Amino acid sequence: MAKIMAGVGCSHVPAIGVAMDTGITHEEYWKPVFEGFKISREWMKKQKPDVIFLVYNDHCTAFDARCIPTFALGCGAEFQPADEGWGPRPVPAVKNHQKMASHIAQSLVLNEFDITIMNEMEVDHGLTVPLSVMFGDIKKDGEWPALVIPLCVNVVQYPAPTGNRCYNLGKAIRSAIESYEEDLNVIIFGTGGMSHQLQYKRAGLINSDWDKRFLDLMTEDPVGASQITHLEYLRETGSEGIEMVMWLIMRGALNENVTEVHRHYHVPASNTAVGHIILENNA
Amino acid sequence: MTKKEYDKIPGTIIFDADKSREGYHLNQFCISLRLQKNRDAFNKNEEAYLDAYPMSKEQREAVLKREWNLLLELGGNIYYTSKLAANDGINFQNLAGRMTGMGVDTYREMMLQGGRSIEGNRDKSEWGED
Repeated sequence: MAKIMAGVGCSHVPAIGVAMDTGITHEEYWKPVFEGFKISREWMKKQKPDVIFLVYNDHCTAFDARCIPTFALGCGAEFQPADEGWGPRPVPAVKNHQKMASHIAQSLVLNEFDITIMNEMEVDHGLTVPLSVMFGDIKKDGEWPALVIPLCVNVVQYPAPTGNRCYNLGKAIRSAIESYEEDLNVIIFGTGGMSHQLQYKRAGLINSDWDKRFLDLMTEDPVGASQITHLEYLRETGSEGIEMVMWLIMRGALNENVTEVHRHYHVPASNTAVGHIILENNA
Repeated sequence: MTKKEYDKIPGTIIFDADKSREGYHLNQFCISLRLQKNRDAFNKNEEAYLDAYPMSKEQREAVLKREWNLLLELGGNIYYTSKLAANDGINFQNLAGRMTGMGVDTYREMMLQGGRSIEGNRDKSEWGED
C-alpha cells in the first residue's frame, strides 16, 4: 500500500525561483535562504519519494477571476510551467501519478470533500519553487525525481478555506493515499507563507514571533494551529500570510505525533518571511 | 455596507467577494498581460487595448496613470495588478516600495532589517484612522 512518510512545510516565494534560475543563489542576499535547504536536499535524496502530494496556491495563472475553485486536484498526465508575465521558469514539466490522483479524487468526493478535478492545467511558482528548493537545480531538459500530484487551494479571494477544514482535508487525503494499492513512498508538501503582505500601505509586514510559534504548533499542537482564525492570519501575518492554511492540509495528513527533523526560518526573501519544516511520521 | 471584522486592519485591503465583483474587468485586463502577445498589443496602444475591457472610467484612468493603490481600492487584487507592474518592469518588491509611499530603497532596507513590525500596525486606531 502507499504510505505517507513525511510532511514538508515550505514557502514558495517567486523571487527564490528567479534567484535559482539566474544563478545568484551564492550572493549575500540569498545565501542564508538557501543555506537552510542544504540538509533538506540531502534528506530528500535519502527519502526517495515516489510521489509528492503538493499543496499550493495558484496565483491567478491557471485560475483567473473567471473560475475560483476552493480546492482543485490535478488529475492530468502532466503540467507545464506557466508564463507568469516574465517567461516560464526553465524547469521540467511536472509529471503526475495519474492513476493515484484519480483514486484520490474519487475517495475525497465520497468522503464529502467535493474537490474540482483538473485535467488540463499549467502550474506556477507556487508549485515549482518548492520542488526547486527541495530537489535543487534541475534543468528544463531533465526530470523531477518524483511524480507530483498538485492540489490548488484558493487563498487569493477571501475567504480561503478555514484552517480546520484544511486540517480535516489532510486527514481525508491521507486515507485516500493509504488506501491506494501500489507500494509507494509519498511525501506531502504544504507550501506558502510565512508572514507577508504584498499589497497596499502596510506591505512589508513581517511577524517573526508569530511565525516561529506557528512552526512550534506544526510539531506540537496541530489541532491548536487548525483553530487559528482568518482574522488572526490577516491581522498578525499580513494579507498574504493566510497562505499558511495550506500547511494544515499537510499536517492533517500526518500522525498526531511527529518528529521534527529540520527547521529553517529567514527574513527576508523579497517581501516575505521564508519558513520551512520537515516532519516525519513516527513509526 | 455592513462592517467587516477585517476592516480595522490598517493599510490593508482584503480582496473579498465585494472587491472581486467590483474589480472583475479590471483584474481580467491585468491578467491578460501574463501573455507576451497581449503585452505587445497593450504596449502598442494602451487606450485601444483597454476598450476590450468594460471597466469603470475611474478604473481605466487608474490603469493609464498607474495609480497602484487606487487600483486596489477600486477592486484590483495584487496578484493581478502585479502583472501590469511586471509589464512596466516593476517587480513585487519595487511595487511595494511604491504602494507604501516609502520608495524602493527605503522599503528594501526595511525588509533587510526584518520587515515592518506588527507593533503599531494591528488596528486603524494606531494609525490615527477610524
